[in-house]
Amino acid sequence: MPRKEALKAALLSLILFAVFLGAWHIATLPKESTMAAAQDAEYAALMGKGAEAKGGFPPPAQVGKAFVAYLSEPFYDRGPNDKGIGIQLAHSLGRVGLGFLLAVLVAVPVGFTIGMSPLLFRALNPFIQVLKPISPLAWMPLALYTLKDSSVSGIFVIFICSIWPMLINTAFGVASVRREWLNVARTLEVRPLRKAFLVVLPAAAPTVVTGMRISMGIAWLVIVAAEMLVGGTGIGYFVWNEWNNLALPNVIFAITMIGVVGMALDLVFARLQKLVTYVD
Amino acid sequence: MSEFDGKAFDPDRPLGGCSCGRHHDQASHDADAATGAEAINREVLQSSVMRALFPRDGERRRFLRAVGASTAWAAISSLVPFGALEAMAQDKGSLEKKDLKVGFIPITCASPLIMADPLGFYQKQGLNVTVVKTAGWALIRDKVLNREYDASHMLAPMPIAMSMGIGSNPMPLNVATIQNVNGQAITLHVKHKDKRDPKQWKGFKFAVPFEYSMHNFLLRYYVAEHGLDPDKDIQIRVVPPPEMVANLRAGNLDGYLGPDPFNQRAVFDEVGFIHILSKEIWDGHPCCSFGVPAQFVRENPNTFAALYRAVLTAAAMARDPKNRPIMAEVLAPANYLNQPKTVLEQVLTGKFADGLGQVRTVPDRADFDPFPWYSMAVWILTQMKRWGYVKGEVKYKDIAEQVYLLTDARKRMAEVGLTAPKESYRRFKVMGREFDPAKPEDYIAGFAMKRT
Repeated sequence: MPRKEALKAALLSLILFAVFLGAWHIATLPKESTMAAAQDAEYAALMGKGAEAKGGFPPPAQVGKAFVAYLSEPFYDRGPNDKGIGIQLAHSLGRVGLGFLLAVLVAVPVGFTIGMSPLLFRALNPFIQVLKPISPLAWMPLALYTLKDSSVSGIFVIFICSIWPMLINTAFGVASVRREWLNVARTLEVRPLRKAFLVVLPAAAPTVVTGMRISMGIAWLVIVAAEMLVGGTGIGYFVWNEWNNLALPNVIFAITMIGVVGMALDLVFARLQKLVTYVD
Repeated sequence: MSEFDGKAFDPDRPLGGCSCGRHHDQASHDADAATGAEAINREVLQSSVMRALFPRDGERRRFLRAVGASTAWAAISSLVPFGALEAMAQDKGSLEKKDLKVGFIPITCASPLIMADPLGFYQKQGLNVTVVKTAGWALIRDKVLNREYDASHMLAPMPIAMSMGIGSNPMPLNVATIQNVNGQAITLHVKHKDKRDPKQWKGFKFAVPFEYSMHNFLLRYYVAEHGLDPDKDIQIRVVPPPEMVANLRAGNLDGYLGPDPFNQRAVFDEVGFIHILSKEIWDGHPCCSFGVPAQFVRENPNTFAALYRAVLTAAAMARDPKNRPIMAEVLAPANYLNQPKTVLEQVLTGKFADGLGQVRTVPDRADFDPFPWYSMAVWILTQMKRWGYVKGEVKYKDIAEQVYLLTDARKRMAEVGLTAPKESYRRFKVMGREFDPAKPEDYIAGFAMKRT
């Protein structure tokens, strides 16, 4: 039964996609140009007439062409400002990975500490609440000014945006470990470090991983915007560069890639979440 | 440090004693190895001249003891042009830094410094230059301040503003060359085809690429001459050039005074038309410049000279109208401007569709005269003062002559076989109004609309 259900869902997804493509195709059918035949041939040539339809939204076929072109050669490198989509994604993933890792290294231990100590939690809470809602990109000018390096600034922005959900979730997870388990640990006279690793950590793990999953989602959202700002390399820069050329098919291609990679990242954390989840 | 402090002029020291022959012993040679290339150059020169004059070291030392080092210096330097020799030695000296990063904004203004890369002009000078596309002028400013870029494409007023510490921390910058003259335009949305008189523009939203840009100053000048107050009657926003066309299409803007290819691109995409070219406001106005931090110039004189020659060679090539179609080809790929070739061709050859159904031919629509006239800098300063970007007394001449490297430009232009103008200041006309660089304050006083 569940298998049949899944098949049905997949079929429905496909139909929806086909309907979407069809609607898109019809909506973007070429219209008669408003600038009629009154103009001479020379003017028309300078306006790029006779070439591919331009201006307006690109039809699906044109976008499909962009997909084929970029995916058939994902790792080309034609100088510092023109690299294949694979290289761009690798740059973005590298930045996200580094910033995220740094955030884990800070957020988990700190979250652990403030989760164990209600006093610390209360003391730090106002700061966290103020810093949490700041848009990560708002940090960019400050980061550029103080860190004096655009790629380090990019990583810093990822770091600062992914730290809060992890910190709060870790603290929350650690604070809400069931009292009975802690009491059992106490009666057995388990030493604090052992208690932290063998009782609290496994108990809080699902909440911590949920925090990481949220953080990774945000980090992937932010890297695109950050790279559009800072430029150089990465998928965000790719979008910016193609926007610069008003090449919407390429922009749509890049958007799709961002979505696919984001989904893959989320799946990794969903798997991780499954691994650490337990039944009471 | 006096000029004759070299050890060749020290009577108490033999010439020789270490591996290079300029030190008492190897230890002091090693200690000195850390000093600048210039000082070493100078010493090598002085030593070799003194050796030639006095083949036996004992004679040299007796001579110096007898007459004193300074007299000896005076006597010998009257015979031997040390200064010129030093300059020659330096030019041929080794490059201090070979791997350079140069930033640019993807607009045709940057053509010379971009095309020097694919055409191998940097390589020919022994440099390994990476030209890095950058998202906006504020980022160019920050990356230059951070020293991420060794040199960069900049708007002509930017190095002046940055050197003065306006809109950023002060950082002494130099303008090595002007990148381009003319080549901008006022583009309006197609719905304004009937509003060709600026008096009808009340309430329009315009865009310029940066506060400290020729675009901003020219647009302000243009509307003010037509009786509109640029701060009250119209709105001027800062929008990065690549976003101008998209914003015009979306109706967020009524027009812009922007860099090409984005004027021609608006025409090509049928969202805008070219109202006037910037050369109709001031024919021969500078737009962008090749900016280099003063510290870089000081620390890497040979590299700077090589970079200078590369950019000038490119400028010379760009000036020739018959090279323009090739330039369009070279600049169009995604690594550089990332634009349709036909758009670039129209900008560079000056034969273009104006968006109103006409084909116009203006061969000097864009030009690439590299000479950094001081008078250009003075004009920029007058406009900065006029619109309140700087307050109080402005030392026009001092700033212009400090930031714009006109003397260097002359020298390097001669090296690559270009003839530079003899004078450093010149008068010109902006919309018919004469500008005299010797009387900047009078010029400002002559405007009805100003914020002083």
